[in-house]
Parts: sequence; C-alpha cells; structure tokens
Amino acid sequence: MYDVLIIGCGVTGAAAAYSLARYDLKVGIVERFNDVACGATKANSAIMHAGYDPHPGTKMASLNRLGIKAAKKICKKLDVEYRPLQSLVLAFSEKDMEAVRELYARGKKNSADVRILDRKGVLAAEPAASPDCVGALHSRDSAIINPWEFALAMAEVAVINGADLLLEHKVTGIRRGRGKLTVVTDRGELETRFVVNAAGAFAEDISAMAGDTSVKSLPRAGQYYVLDKEEGKKVNSVIFRCPDENGFKGVLVAPTVHGNLLVGPDAEPRADADDLSTDRESLDRIMKSGLSSVPSVNFRNIIREYTGVRPTTSEKDFVIGVSRSCRRMINLAGICSPGLSSAPAIGDEAVRLLGKQGLVLKRRRGFIDERPPVVRLAELDDEEKRRVIEENPLYGNIICRCETVSEGEIVDALRRPIVPRSIDAIKRRCRAGMGRCQGGFCSPRVHEIISRELGVPMEDVMLDKQGSFIITGRTGAEEN
Amino acid sequence: MTEKYYDVAVIGGGPAGLAAAVSACEHGAAKVLVIERDKVVGGILNQCIHNGFGLHYFKEELTGPEYAGRFAEMVRNTAAEVVTGTMVLGIDTPESGPVIRCVSREDGYREYRAGAVVLCMGCRERTRGAIAIPGDRPSGVMTAGTAQRYVNMEGYMIGRRIVILGSGDIGLIMARRMTLEGAKVLACVELCPYSNGLNRNIVQCLEDYGIPLYLSHTVTGVHGRGRLERVTVSRVDDKRRPVEGTAFDIECDTLLLSVGLIPENEITRDAGIEIDRRTNGPTVYENMMTTRPGVFACGNVVHVHDLVDFVTAESMRAGAAAAEYAAGKRVSGRVIKLVNGEGVNYTVPQMIRPDNAGKVTEVFFRTNIPRKKSVIRVMSGDTQIASFRREYMAPGEMEKIPLPRVLLDRAGDTVTVSVEPAGEAADRA
Repeated sequence: MYDVLIIGCGVTGAAAAYSLARYDLKVGIVERFNDVACGATKANSAIMHAGYDPHPGTKMASLNRLGIKAAKKICKKLDVEYRPLQSLVLAFSEKDMEAVRELYARGKKNSADVRILDRKGVLAAEPAASPDCVGALHSRDSAIINPWEFALAMAEVAVINGADLLLEHKVTGIRRGRGKLTVVTDRGELETRFVVNAAGAFAEDISAMAGDTSVKSLPRAGQYYVLDKEEGKKVNSVIFRCPDENGFKGVLVAPTVHGNLLVGPDAEPRADADDLSTDRESLDRIMKSGLSSVPSVNFRNIIREYTGVRPTTSEKDFVIGVSRSCRRMINLAGICSPGLSSAPAIGDEAVRLLGKQGLVLKRRRGFIDERPPVVRLAELDDEEKRRVIEENPLYGNIICRCETVSEGEIVDALRRPIVPRSIDAIKRRCRAGMGRCQGGFCSPRVHEIISRELGVPMEDVMLDKQGSFIITGRTGAEEN
Repeated sequence: MTEKYYDVAVIGGGPAGLAAAVSACEHGAAKVLVIERDKVVGGILNQCIHNGFGLHYFKEELTGPEYAGRFAEMVRNTAAEVVTGTMVLGIDTPESGPVIRCVSREDGYREYRAGAVVLCMGCRERTRGAIAIPGDRPSGVMTAGTAQRYVNMEGYMIGRRIVILGSGDIGLIMARRMTLEGAKVLACVELCPYSNGLNRNIVQCLEDYGIPLYLSHTVTGVHGRGRLERVTVSRVDDKRRPVEGTAFDIECDTLLLSVGLIPENEITRDAGIEIDRRTNGPTVYENMMTTRPGVFACGNVVHVHDLVDFVTAESMRAGAAAAEYAAGKRVSGRVIKLVNGEGVNYTVPQMIRPDNAGKVTEVFFRTNIPRKKSVIRVMSGDTQIASFRREYMAPGEMEKIPLPRVLLDRAGDTVTVSVEPAGEAADRA
C-alpha cells in the first residue's frame, strides 16, 4: 500500500514526487509511457517565465514567482542545464504598447522584474530584434532550461529516496474504498491512501475515474521549429511578441540551453492530446511570425519540427485542489504555461494539500537531495576532457559527432536511477541525436549500446514510445 | 603537453582522406597522419556494397569496400600513420601553423601540430526535419544512408513496405537493395520534374524492378503514432507547391529519405574559414587550399560529388599541394575569381591563381536543370575565352571543363561560367 500514488511523470508529477521525497512516505509514480517527461514536458518552450504575464491574484501568478525561485536552486543543486536570460515582449504598434504597459502593471503587482524599453533600448538590449519594433517589455528574471532534464532530475531524486517509478502502466480506473483508493492499471492494481493526479492533458479522465467531472480538458497544440546552432548564436534573449486578441503570448524566438534556436509555438485547439502531428500551414505561419520578430533567422538551417500539446482546461488558471468527489485525490490539472516555471511550487502545494487531507508529514531521515553527477564532455575544457578520458576511456569514444557525445556519457545514462530504454530517451539525457544530422550517423550506434548494456535484443529497442520499433528482423531471413 | 608534429595531417579517412594521404606521401611529405573517427578507414564506401566504383580511376568496376580497400592498401604501403576511433574536435590556425585537437578512447585528449591540414570530413544527409515534412513522428522514417548502414553493415532489416522520397543516388541504390532483401518498394517520389540521381541508377535500380518513379511529387503527410503506417503523396506545381486534390495515400512501414547531402563543415566554420553558400563547402583555390593558408580541403566536404573517382582525383591534387605547402612552397600572384553565370549552380575551384595553375586547370560545376544540346561558355567580361559543347547535362551529374593556362593568362580578374542551349547563339563560338 502506497501512501501517495502520483499519476503521471511529467514535470508536475516529478515535482510532486520530489516534494514528497523529503517526507517519510511510501510514494509510487505511474506513467503510461516508457520514460518520464514524455508529454508536454518534452515539447514546450523551455522557458522559465519571469512572472509578469499571469493575472495578479491567480494561482498562476503566485506559483510562477515561487516556482522560478525554487527552480533556480534545484537546477543548481541537481545540475540541471539552466541559464538566466533576459526576455523581451516586442511591441510593433501603439496598440501593442498598451499591452506592454498592461503587462508592466501586472508584472509590478506580481513583483516581477520589469521595465519598458523604447525602440532604441530594445535594439541595444537585443540587436537581433526587428528594427520595426516600437518598444518592448523587458525582464531580467527569465531563464531557459532543459525541461526534460529538470523533470528527470526531480524524479531521480524521488527514486533514490525510495519512490517506485512504474513505467508503461496506464491507469484505467480508480475504486474508492475505506481509507484507501485502488488504482487499476493495465498491469494490475495498486493500493494507495492518496492519489495525486498529474496526468497532464488526461487529468480530466483521471479526475472523472474518481467521480469528479468538473475538470474539463481543452488541450491546445503548439508547433515549433528547432534550428541549428548557427542560428542560436544570433539572439541573446527570449523574444516574445505582444499577446494577440486571444491572449496567446505569440510565437517566441529563443535560444535553447544547448545553443539551438526555438521558434514557436502557435495555439490551436486539439481534441486528441496524443496527436502530436505538425502541419504545413501552421509551420508556415510560425516561420512568418518568427521572422517578423527576428528577421535574421535563416530557416534554411531548421533541423526539426515538433508539436507540444498544452494541458489547458476550461479554467483560465491552474486547477489545483482536492477532488470534489474524493478527498483522497489531489488534482494538479490545467498545468499549462507557466507550468514548467511553477512546477516546484506546484509540487510543494500538492504536499500542503495532502497534509490538510490528513497525510502525516514526517521528515524523512537521511533524505538524499542529490543525484549522480552528469558528465557533459562537450562542455569540458581541454584539461578536464583529458582527465575524464583518463579515468574512463569510454569518454574518448565519440558516438554523436554533431553534439560531441561520447560512449561514456551514454553508458552513464543507462546506469542511472531511471533507465532510458529508447533512442529518444538517450537523446533526452545525453543529446546524442539531437544535432544537425538528427541521429543519422549515431542512432545505429546508440541502438547497439542500449541493446548491449541493457541486454535486450536490437529488435526490442524502440525509437521513442512503445510501438516505435526500428528494425523488423535480420537481413537474409526468410519471411514466413 | 607533448604535441606530435606531422607535415600533413588529414582529417577523415574516407576516399578523400586516403587519396590525399597517398598523394602527400608521393609528393615528399615525410610524416603524414590520417585521423579517422570510425573504427576503420574507408568512410561511407564501406556501406556501399554495390558495384560501379572505380570505372574512371581503376578502369574496372569495384564495390565500395573494394575501392576503399585498394586505397587503404596504398596508404599502408606508404609511411603515413593512421589513427582510428579518433574524433577531431577542432583546429586552430595560429601563425605558427595548424593545431588539431582530438579525442579517442585509446589515447584520450591529444593535440597534433601540422605543416598543412587537409579537411576530408565528407558530408551528411539532409533529414526529415531539415525539409519539414509535416505529420506524425513515428519510427520507420530514416535517411537512406542510415538504412544502408543498418542493412549492409549491421545486417538488420528496417522495414517491409517502403516508400523512398528523393531520387538521389543513395535512395535509388537502397530501392534495389531493399527489393533484393525481400522488401516491397512501393514508390520513389521525387519533388523535381527530373531525377537527381545518375541515369544508370534510375535504370538499374528502379526500372529493372518495376518500381514506379513519381516525378513532381512529394510526401505531404506522415501517419502513425508508433511505427509508420502510411504516407500521403501529392503532386507539386512548377513552384514545387503541393497541388490541392492530388493527394493519395500509400500504406507503408518505412519512408527512406534521399533528399540531399550537406558537406560537414562545422570544424571548418569554427576555424573561421570562408564557406561558399552555394556548395556549403569551403571556398577553394585551384590547388584545393581554403582561404586559410595551410588548410586544404577535398572530396564531399568541398562539394558533393557524383562519382568517387572524381573525389580521388581532386584529393590527389589537395594532398600534393598540402605536401608542397608543408615543404615551404608559397603561391603568390594574381587571383582570378570564378563567377556562377546563367545555368551554373556553383564552380569548384572558386578561385584560380594562374601562376600556380599548371598547364590545365579542371573546373567542376553542376548545372541547375537537365539540358539537351548545350554550350558551356567561359567569359572574361565580354570576351569568350573558351566554350564547350554538351549533348546532355543534368544536375545529378558533375560537369568538368579544362581551362588551359594560356587562356587564363588572357583573362581578367573575374571569369564567368555559364550554360545556354546550343543553337544559333552557339555559332558565335
């Protein structure tokens, strides 16, 4: 019997697990995919928002501010890629400037760092910004982050402190019993005293399984371009545009912590949150919008496109609270932007709510607030490279040439507390295959290393999620 | 730190690197080093197990591994050293001469100093992301070269029902290869109204097996959440935009991409060496030297070749020039810039120094569209200094024209190469 079972291991579930790890509790995390951070956590803008955007008084406003402070500390402590970076909200008209002034006022109320720049100020702060802009909101409180590493790091600490991570477990029902809940999965039943619903775009379904139909998911898809590092060098800020009449933040142009450039997203309703397809019209619109903010972006250097589906709901705010029908379930729903920024604060909030519902919160003795170190060869200077390769020659065997990722780093990842089982899971941990050739050269080699290290047949190594098999058998074999 | 010195250091042990090393040795370089990132030399030829290599250079038909093997043997017969499993992280080019930084499993982090460096990193394949094919992101979508590695090197089948996008040579070769392995190749889809592959490959790899080639078509949708289930194919108009109402689906589990090759010049760029936007390779002089003195380049890292035989010839020249540079030879004198005229996508070299040009300078280029009877004109201002006739030209095949020294001496500082249809205008020649 678990004290708390968390449903979903995106950044929200991972943050809840991390917050719970410091208490003497038996925690389980169920995740339907074969890895953590497979939903909105892996496909978003990878931004820590400064906190000027949410309306004052909302959960979003308070948790965003708390979240980015906590995230900064967590990233430092757990060695998660994180880089403070100024942000701009560009205005292209007097109407836009009104919006900027409103954001400024909101930012002030939310205690965010904000100021208004005129055109000259904008171009001084960000020479790549379009000269057509007339001004901007500027903040120094924003940052860029590796979102899947952020979630992974928090989940790893939870696992190190004894949490069970049950991958490839899809929740199909919840039964309410005396003093407990039975969570039914496609791989058996799990008993728990409390449930934290962190199922992202599927939080509505989980909530309804416990009888509460008040959560209404209205997922919205956003598409992105990833561009080569040649383009990432061109900007030194997160560049937003003024929200349009629908209130969307608009297409942003921002470097990633790995030095690439992101351009996106749009925001379109998407009934099926598992539909991660891209389409030509949206991508064309995004390209246009990105170019109007930063005209120097060269779209000949795109390397990938992706779609993220935001777990938005009918509410304008996060839906965080005790289920209306089941006092043993905490809903963490509607965690769309600024969800990544707010995650650590949402995790803490989940713990507070569980405490109020009667969960005994006793500090865990010997809580381990760290995870095994990560070697990132490409970031080491020459002397450090020499030293780590001397210690482990596998760091000298470069597998991914575009991102300079060594066999040592891949083997390290395969021996971590949460074992990556697919080529994309390795990519999310080590960047192998994330570069300009998109795994063209290294994926067969990564494939082989996974098979060798985990002792699984080549045929059973997936590209990404379950069912995404890469090879169909040996050559020369008779088909029967 | 102990830095070893070599007269000529060659980055990459594929066909370009091996030929450059052999030639550097033949031209007097005493200490030559080849740095290869893979476990063995030979580069991408090792996975090209089909034949058709070497007709020009060896005057016989070899497979890729045989061609590579001959050059590996030639290198073994020289004093050149080869290090494998070694990845070059970057080159620095201070006044004192180039320094190469690299890592390997056996020797850790190392630096080599060199009298001259030859860049032979080859090229990589353009990916789905680079051409932004919309749709789902299932497995079963991969570049033809990656598939070739899985099938020919590792012995794994990568699918059973296959569609190929792009009619570049690797795609065509893989159409035949997958058919021979028992897979069903359903279609080869080409955006252009003509194929970008060699004509012999169209015949031998598609027509001989009855594989339909859809010209002026492209893949406009990818469907499947785990493994690929089907692709949508649409006809495109003359601006290469999909035409509404022409879409049809093909059920398949694999989409192979043969949509172009990109020279791998990250090291080159990081070293601040000038890159030609047309070739995506370094701008080179007649002896294959880049804009950085002492740094030479050859093979697919300079421009994507159609035949390995031409890579070899070019690399022989680069290796020779690198050896001479390491021995102290410096070239001066005037520089003629080659300009891409009508119908010409690029030229290599981009610059010629007549004083160093020898009797004849060979200029390579590709034309932009397939052409029947044509005239290639080489103009210096309004004066034609040479012209060449062709019965047939295609973007898939490299063109080569010889420019004699005597003509170069008569030319001004820019020379334009252009192509036009033969006809009454051609009679000016």
